[in-house]
Amino acid sequence: MAYFVQQLINGLTLGSIYGLIAIGYTMVYGIIGMINFAHGDIYMIGAFVSLITLLGLTAVGISGVPIALALTLVSAMLFTGAYGWAVERLAYRPLRRSFRLAPLISAIGMSIFLENYVQLLQGAQVKALQPIVRGGFTLMRSGGFTVEVSWLQVVILVLTVALMTVFSLFIAGTPLGRAQRACEQDMVMASLLGIDVDRTISTTFIIGAALAAVAGLMVTLYYGVIDFFIGFLAGIKAFTAAVLGGIGSLPGAMLGGLLIGLIEAFWSGYFSVEYKDVSVFVILVLVLIFRPTGLLGKPDVEKV
Amino acid sequence: MAEAALPPPRRVHWQSLLKEAALAAGVALVLAVPLVGFETINVNAVLGLRTRFGWVAIGVAGVFAGRILLGAARSLMPERRYGAPRLLLGRRHTTLAATAAIIFALALPFLPFSSRYLVDLATTVLIYVMLGWGLNVVVGLAGLLDLGYVAFYAVGAYSFALFAQWFDLSFWEALPLAGLLAASFGIALGFPVLRLRGDYLAIVTLGFGEIVRLVLLNWVPVTNGPNGISNIPRPSFFGMPLTPHAPHGITTFSAFFHVPFNPGQRIGFLYYVVLALALVTNVFTLRLRRLPIGRAWEALREDEIACRALGINPTTIKLSAFAIGAMLGGFAGAFFATRQGFISPESFTFIESATILAIVVLGGSGSQLGVVLAAIVLVTLPEFGRGLAQYRMLLFGAAMIGIMIWRPRGLMARREPSLRLHPPRRGGG
Repeated sequence: MAYFVQQLINGLTLGSIYGLIAIGYTMVYGIIGMINFAHGDIYMIGAFVSLITLLGLTAVGISGVPIALALTLVSAMLFTGAYGWAVERLAYRPLRRSFRLAPLISAIGMSIFLENYVQLLQGAQVKALQPIVRGGFTLMRSGGFTVEVSWLQVVILVLTVALMTVFSLFIAGTPLGRAQRACEQDMVMASLLGIDVDRTISTTFIIGAALAAVAGLMVTLYYGVIDFFIGFLAGIKAFTAAVLGGIGSLPGAMLGGLLIGLIEAFWSGYFSVEYKDVSVFVILVLVLIFRPTGLLGKPDVEKV
Repeated sequence: MAEAALPPPRRVHWQSLLKEAALAAGVALVLAVPLVGFETINVNAVLGLRTRFGWVAIGVAGVFAGRILLGAARSLMPERRYGAPRLLLGRRHTTLAATAAIIFALALPFLPFSSRYLVDLATTVLIYVMLGWGLNVVVGLAGLLDLGYVAFYAVGAYSFALFAQWFDLSFWEALPLAGLLAASFGIALGFPVLRLRGDYLAIVTLGFGEIVRLVLLNWVPVTNGPNGISNIPRPSFFGMPLTPHAPHGITTFSAFFHVPFNPGQRIGFLYYVVLALALVTNVFTLRLRRLPIGRAWEALREDEIACRALGINPTTIKLSAFAIGAMLGGFAGAFFATRQGFISPESFTFIESATILAIVVLGGSGSQLGVVLAAIVLVTLPEFGRGLAQYRMLLFGAAMIGIMIWRPRGLMARREPSLRLHPPRRGGG
């Protein structure tokens, strides 16, 4: 029982990270119908910006943990948001009226480009950071097994819930959120009604990148090791989460993220660590074959 | 030049151009500061920072100048008219170039400047050409984006290596089996997923590619895990091995032809084997394109719904493209295994799939000669020096984006459909 609870907590932490990345996939898919293959690498850039900001703050002498984390959060969201904007502007916007697979191929190119860009600039070796948020508490004890919850896990879960709330309110209530939902439903009609479609799409990319940057910060703190290649696997897992939850659906992305995190944690806890990535790929394939609309998605009707 | 037909050259609006360039430079500054401006380095096993603001300044200045040049060039150039896509080479020239390329390839080991190194490099190029042609059937002709093509390459390589180990089969006996196995893999993987839409299919094939790699990595009793399989037999020349000595009763190649043994013979032989395989692949795919099935692939790529209305079964047609592409990948894999003598899961990562896809995309989906050109560029570029090798993948990522934006049909445009219901839209399509 205690072991189960421990895996549950680990899975929820992991799932929060995947969920935050998955939102970027699902929003972009919802609005322009493309798989932003480079989104995983945006998350990787977020992790690197976080790492560099943390190191910079330490060098400057700002060492209070809450203030350092808050500053890092802001810096990661800002700079990674700029990357998200630039990626859309350079690689996707010129292709908006091209053939169907062109943006996907361009996105693969962008993903390769970003990975090598970071590798060239920051080196290929793994970056290890000293733990910043230490300690935790014991949740329960049973049968000789103690369930430990670290403060960091609490921070990650609380931050995720807070961000999700703010984000839902933003989409539901603000003019930008309304414009975004309008573009999702009918881009031509939205532009006829005076919505700046290009700007709305740019905003979508910036928000997606900023949320991925938060995930990047969390991973940097949680695992303490990052390299230029972390975006690939995390990206696929987050995409699987988005598909599992129903691509295009925002609550679906979060739900899918949590489920993928839980599946991964329980799989490595109870079956085999070697095949934990296979489990995610198998889920991706199964969902796409048997329920392409996911858990919360709307069916996609193809019109001639 | 028929200047009269062109509109008068437009003026450069320097003011707005400067503003745009300043904006671009500002964005470049924001992008560059965190990742270019600071470098993470290990000092006494602790991560520290080093600043590189000089690089940032160079980068930002470069973006500023580049934006001005681009804007000036764009407004001084006559407006591009969109008509039929221009081909780099006409049909007659294509035939000529292909013939010249084949003659050059056949003569390569005997040319005065040729060396063992060059022939070895040409062998690598030809492996990628084979892979490119195989993937071209799937991506270029049938229009199915396959991001896990390396899975079939791996199946071909591992099946040959395992056949050789378990059943003592020679290269020539195992080659068709490897192709067959890869093709059946293609059918087995393709059958459930081919109903999916284009981009979903791409991601699922990516998943399959990774599953195959992870299974190869973790199924230690069969695949020997990360250590890979070594001592894979080399191909023989009609049963005569290309080695200095042979076991009793077997004549070596050099003994049969009464020439002294020379390791270059083996490299040259491998080169001709892959050249023959590549040429067979080429003829095979070119022939297939003219058969009803090849036409059905291209029709399906253009409009799936229309195909269904005409009574073409999309699943069967797609499956055949998938299987044939997989089979060609399997052949290339078997050759790769015999040439290296050693294979491990590390040779079959996603980067490999992306490289093959880049060859097809850069070459022009559907163009045979374009694939050859792209493979030559892609494989030989890192050989020009360590500096370039570092930037190879960076350049390829950028090139993939650039090709999609400026020449979405690739460097060599493919055959256009002779009839179109809707004329092509502005700016690609």
